Amino acid sequence: MATPTTAFTWKIGGPSGGGMRITGLMFSRLCVRHGYHFHDYAEYPSLIHGGHHSFQVTVSPEPVRSPHASVDMLVAFHQETLDQHAGELAPNAVVLYDADDQSINIGNLGASGAHLLPIPFVRLAKANGGSSLMQNIVALGATAALMGADTAILESVIHTAFDRKGEQVVGGNIRSAHAGYAYVKEQAKVHVPFHLAKKQEPARLVLTGNTGVALGAVEAGVTYFAGYPMTPTTSILTFLAGKAEELGIVVRQPEDEISVINGAIGASYAGARAMVATSGGGFSLMVEGVGLANMTETPLVIVLGQRPGPSTGLPTWTSQADLRFALHASQDEAPRILVAPGDAEECFYATFNACNLAEKYQLPVFLLTDKFLGECSSDVTPLSEQHLVVHRGAIEEHPQENERGLFARYRDTETGVSPRTLPGTPGGVFIANSDEHDAYGIVSEDRANRKTMMTKRAKKLRTAVGELPLPVLYGDHSADVTLIGWGSTKGPLLDAAAILRRRGASVNVLHFVYVWPFPNERLKPLLKGLAKTIGVENNSSGQFCGLLKEACGFVVDDMVTQDDGRPFFADVLADTLSERIAKLL
Amino acid sequence: MTTPLAAMEKFETGVAPTWCAGCGDFAVWRAMKAALVQLKREPHDTVVVYGVGCAGNMADKLRVYGFHGLHGRSLPVATGVKLVRPDLPVVALAGDGDAYGEGLNHLMHTARGNHDLSFIVHNNGVYGLTKGQAAPTTPEGTHTPTTPEGVPEHPLNPLAVALAAGATFVARAFAGDFDRLVATLVAAMQHRGFALIDILQPCVTYNHVNTYEFYRERIRAIDGRHDPTDLAAAQALAQEWEKSIPLGILYQHEDRPAFHEHLPWAKRTTMVPTAMHQRSVAGYLKDAF
Repeated sequence: MATPTTAFTWKIGGPSGGGMRITGLMFSRLCVRHGYHFHDYAEYPSLIHGGHHSFQVTVSPEPVRSPHASVDMLVAFHQETLDQHAGELAPNAVVLYDADDQSINIGNLGASGAHLLPIPFVRLAKANGGSSLMQNIVALGATAALMGADTAILESVIHTAFDRKGEQVVGGNIRSAHAGYAYVKEQAKVHVPFHLAKKQEPARLVLTGNTGVALGAVEAGVTYFAGYPMTPTTSILTFLAGKAEELGIVVRQPEDEISVINGAIGASYAGARAMVATSGGGFSLMVEGVGLANMTETPLVIVLGQRPGPSTGLPTWTSQADLRFALHASQDEAPRILVAPGDAEECFYATFNACNLAEKYQLPVFLLTDKFLGECSSDVTPLSEQHLVVHRGAIEEHPQENERGLFARYRDTETGVSPRTLPGTPGGVFIANSDEHDAYGIVSEDRANRKTMMTKRAKKLRTAVGELPLPVLYGDHSADVTLIGWGSTKGPLLDAAAILRRRGASVNVLHFVYVWPFPNERLKPLLKGLAKTIGVENNSSGQFCGLLKEACGFVVDDMVTQDDGRPFFADVLADTLSERIAKLL
Repeated sequence: MTTPLAAMEKFETGVAPTWCAGCGDFAVWRAMKAALVQLKREPHDTVVVYGVGCAGNMADKLRVYGFHGLHGRSLPVATGVKLVRPDLPVVALAGDGDAYGEGLNHLMHTARGNHDLSFIVHNNGVYGLTKGQAAPTTPEGTHTPTTPEGVPEHPLNPLAVALAAGATFVARAFAGDFDRLVATLVAAMQHRGFALIDILQPCVTYNHVNTYEFYRERIRAIDGRHDPTDLAAAQALAQEWEKSIPLGILYQHEDRPAFHEHLPWAKRTTMVPTAMHQRSVAGYLKDAF
């Protein structure tokens, strides 16, 4: 596997509960505070202690938006790390492991060209930090030394991680880090070609997609959020729960997902900005609610964090396999908008926009994320709030009832959207009805009325489609091959395209964030101008490519699909695409 | 107390009810209107969330901000409404199949949370709108279209379940005992927290066991003869059915805070603003470097 020369991948592996994530995040922060770009990615099993948890960070002076498979430095806290990842090591990779750990069997790893660096992590941790728990901070210090990192920045990331735990913990960790650092400086004879040299760069944020969504909800003025714990969206619920008091919002964890969505619909009906978050199995329980929101024309934002199924599937892994599910879920034809942000920054802006769209069009708006997008951190330019304006749509504050004392909440309009009234408003009494209903919400089985209402609700999408952004084309418009993706494949595609260009290929990337409704009229000329196309997505059947064909009549020339629970690694994807491009041209 | 018909008119949409002649739902409908008049409510500041079934078909007959939701799911919608507008009275209304079958989980957790709602359950011991199938409160052994060999299960005891779940107001009423029904509705809507009223309501078309006669032979009023603050006594009363059916407020406890009283603005005595409220995330980004 050829490794792009500007990127370096560090990977740590050990049992769950052993601090892999917190150590990895410290390394991510170390990189960004030196002025570098980074992308981190973790794999972990569905358990609390034990198993195998790995965390990798790909760092580069140039933008890096996805994990790279080829590992340049591996820190192994148990044998399984070596077993699982030895095959990923780049030539001349460095492998760190505990010198005193009898259970680690290096085997013939050294013979393959890897540089072995046994360091007494636990011994140094106990002597300097007072606890074997700090063994991974010793490793962090060792890593920092190998990469020539600034020790002041190293200390700063430790402070960020541990200040809230008190001076003693911080002190122990700092001493442990220095012990690892000093050990390498004095004893290691390994040379690492990639150095973290402090650069003068404007500060960038460390953000996961889930945090981007949560911040977008805060910015958008969400006043009711409900969720049921489910990987990979639980952290959105936890983040907002922690801020509910200071923000004055309702954050709830109800008894099941049915209560989650129905409660949010009630809240939205009553005038709150409401949002829910879940994954496939939880969304399965919410499906009836989608139809309810649609039929009663109640605004709602649903964050669907995808993970592999079917059923319980692979709870802690990633996929993009719920596109069709989100598009069609609930009986009959209930129009909705689907938004699939491609990175953490887009998560913030897309969430903000989704809240506006839901209230403007009074229907369910989906935010399609996944474990890969939601849980990986990357560096993000500080978010700009300047052009963001909350629009609450058509809320009638001085309604006029008819002679029977009812307000025509669902009267037909040109756009399909009718002004709504909030409970408590005099003159605005109506019935929000899950049955088919007339303009006042009174149950109606009348043929003409049914036709009017179905047309009214469907019309909303025809109105909305005009304002939804088009997909973005990254790169030269006249490239030989266009890589087409949606949602979280943005990062891997942009990185793979950069690798391919360095190899002399002519490629660009067409990335969709707004995946439904398709702006066919504006999209068709854009698609027509493309030369060869390859669709890339994280599901078995190429759901988005199928949708493109169905909605626009556009057929991609080739497809790269992957449904094994892993995201696309940029270097591996570049190799796969190289082969496919060769066949196409 | 008799509420004048004229006073109740403002709570009518003018849509004619579709219930069978003699259905207990008529009495509940009228009692709802009378209770709202007695409580001096206006149609625009009252919210009623309905389930699906014959009971739920009251939705477009009652002139209030009504929400006709999903079968079994009136309570979750109602909790959402109440948390956003704790200043408005919120009522959830459903049949027994809806409340005690499809929606039993929500009943237990809404009671557990002491959400400030009144849950009006029309209990006719059968699924009426779908034409007579067994419901959770149908007696064991009853023959219905889906249980031709007789219902194999023991009937659910909804009052016992509600008490066990921590409900702070549990009452039973009878559609044929109008004045007590109205008084119970008024008491429920004034209660601080979750109130369940199980209304025995004959289905003249499909339930030929639990008829008006069946109930008149068994009901006995407990007001004045029972201390509603005594939980153990309430639980004992909840077990009575075969020979004697207690009618009235079995349990009432006013000292537990309602769910919304735990919310931040409840402490600041303001409620969730429903107006536009864009916020800045600048403060939270400081931690993200």
